[in-house]
Amino acid sequence: MDSNNNGAHSAIAKKAKEDRFQAHDYYLIDELLDDDHLLARDAVRTWVKQEVSPIIEEYAERAECPAHLFKGLAEIGAFGPSLPVEYGGGGMDEMAYGVIMQELERGDSGIRSMASVQGSLVMYPIYKYGSEEQKRKYLPKLGSGELIGCFGLTEPDHGSNPAGMASRVKDDGDAYILNGAKMWITNSPVADIAVVWAKDEEDKVIGMIVEKDMKGYSAPEIHGKWSLRASVTGELVFEDVRVPKANVLPGVRGMRGPLSCLSKARYGIAWGAVGAALDCYDSALRYSQERIQFGKPIGQFQLTQKKLAEMITEITKAQLLVWRLGKLANEDRATPAQISMAKRNNVAMALEVAREARQIHGGMGITNEYPIMRHMMNLESVVTYEGTHDIHLLITGMDVTGFNAFS
Amino acid sequence: MKLLVCVSKTPETTAKIAFTNDNTEFDSSGVQYIMNPYDEWYALVRALELKEAQGGSVTIIHVGPAANDTIIRKGLAIGADEAVRIDAEPPSALYVARQVAEYAKNENFDIVFLGKESIDYNGSEVGPMLAEMLGLPFVSHATRLEMEGNKAMIVADIDGGDAQLEVETPFVISAAKGLAEQRIPNMRGIMMAKRKPLKVVEPVEAEGLAVAVRFELPPEKGDVKLIDPENMDELVRLLHEEAKVI
Repeated sequence: MDSNNNGAHSAIAKKAKEDRFQAHDYYLIDELLDDDHLLARDAVRTWVKQEVSPIIEEYAERAECPAHLFKGLAEIGAFGPSLPVEYGGGGMDEMAYGVIMQELERGDSGIRSMASVQGSLVMYPIYKYGSEEQKRKYLPKLGSGELIGCFGLTEPDHGSNPAGMASRVKDDGDAYILNGAKMWITNSPVADIAVVWAKDEEDKVIGMIVEKDMKGYSAPEIHGKWSLRASVTGELVFEDVRVPKANVLPGVRGMRGPLSCLSKARYGIAWGAVGAALDCYDSALRYSQERIQFGKPIGQFQLTQKKLAEMITEITKAQLLVWRLGKLANEDRATPAQISMAKRNNVAMALEVAREARQIHGGMGITNEYPIMRHMMNLESVVTYEGTHDIHLLITGMDVTGFNAFS
Repeated sequence: MKLLVCVSKTPETTAKIAFTNDNTEFDSSGVQYIMNPYDEWYALVRALELKEAQGGSVTIIHVGPAANDTIIRKGLAIGADEAVRIDAEPPSALYVARQVAEYAKNENFDIVFLGKESIDYNGSEVGPMLAEMLGLPFVSHATRLEMEGNKAMIVADIDGGDAQLEVETPFVISAAKGLAEQRIPNMRGIMMAKRKPLKVVEPVEAEGLAVAVRFELPPEKGDVKLIDPENMDELVRLLHEEAKVI
């Protein structure tokens, strides 16, 4: 590693430990947001600076989930903010949900994932497809963080093709007997309940709320991830689990159920990716102004400027994309294909920004003195989960041509 | 208890400070504004804590144009019950004090809170002027405030130590770091704030008296000069001739 300028280097490193993030709004998009969006964003940004930034590198390094943050996420209102207040939500609009996800992911994709799963993949399906009794029973406790939930759709042999799932239920009077296994389930080892999708005897997909103390339920943790290390991921294994029929979500049958949840979560990811990109850009911009080589700040060199200029250009485009998507979502007009386009574009953009930012940081960019490498590794999951980069491309392809190229 | 908290608007702490029009005006282009942290973190939160413990209401008051409503909404989101905005761009601290006094004089507040200073001009002027206009006692730089009936026990920062003070309501108090801990508004609070009353009041005639004529930024820091440890004479020469400190 470079040995010049050691004094200045360690001074820079020391400063990096505090979260000096400043937002970047090149096209004055803030002017397009309402007061409550700005307040929500400001509140979550403050929370992230106080609660996430000081501890996140350590937890990521130890591959440990900062489970105490579930309570804080609930208190700030990050679980289901766009659901009605009477069901444990915040009564906000989709734009507010977006800016909250952006700020959480600015801190860490894993922390955003904790909130995405609880809100979009657990609270949302219960709210949308659950009975009144299920809503009253589960939603307030999920909103307050008293209960943690997870979402079981993906299986070891069925990732991009969830409709091929092998998990099944058999009718047994007042209950279903559930058998099967789910894989890559965020929060499953710490979850109290799981929203699980399985096929019934007519081959139709149904959703059900499975509780962790039901006999035959287990949720082993997946170890060895080089990504989302501060978020816990596991399997769900069901061996003759007796799920009361009262736990089945009555409002939906078929793949539309889980896919509508994924649309909600993907919408949040499209926003979240902007947050991760902003954090990388912000750090790289500051570093380029402070790091001296050949007698001047590296930001004075054209190749550094090219990187930074392209980064802020791509971030600005992504910000405009999610702002428009937020407007459409508020009017309930955002199509799944539009959401796919934004998720795919923004996550790929964030990954590219992280890689360029890593280069600007030189050797320091690979250390945990800076957030870059953590974001970059996280984004490798984000570009794959909730529909891979390639699958989203095929969704756009199908949407514009009318031809299905999946199978 | 009926509590009033005065809140002002200041540039965000990392804002780049510059002046325009031949250094006569603050250059606000590209500057993000926040609620003055001493007003928000300490004055407002301590007022809310007293209300939560003893009942009553917390009103926030701000002198400024409609563009500052976001800052007022934040105060409501943190927990204030209602807000009053005096609709004027204030030219001076005296003007602000006059407007707040005019509103507060018939409202019988038990305690009027404000931050010990705003983080931009650091004037600490509004508090004492307001107390004088209302004919109330003033306690500044409070780091602790406990109530027993209508008696307040206050610890205040003074140079090199603390002062312990007692005062009876009504009074005006300025808040320093330590009086309370910052509260982050949650999403429910932000939504509830939309439904809380924000009353807009026309200003009364008031003079500014003092006018800011010109601003100067502090001189830029010079380069660091490294001197060989053996070369003491050169160090002494530089301290004497260039730094002019010896």
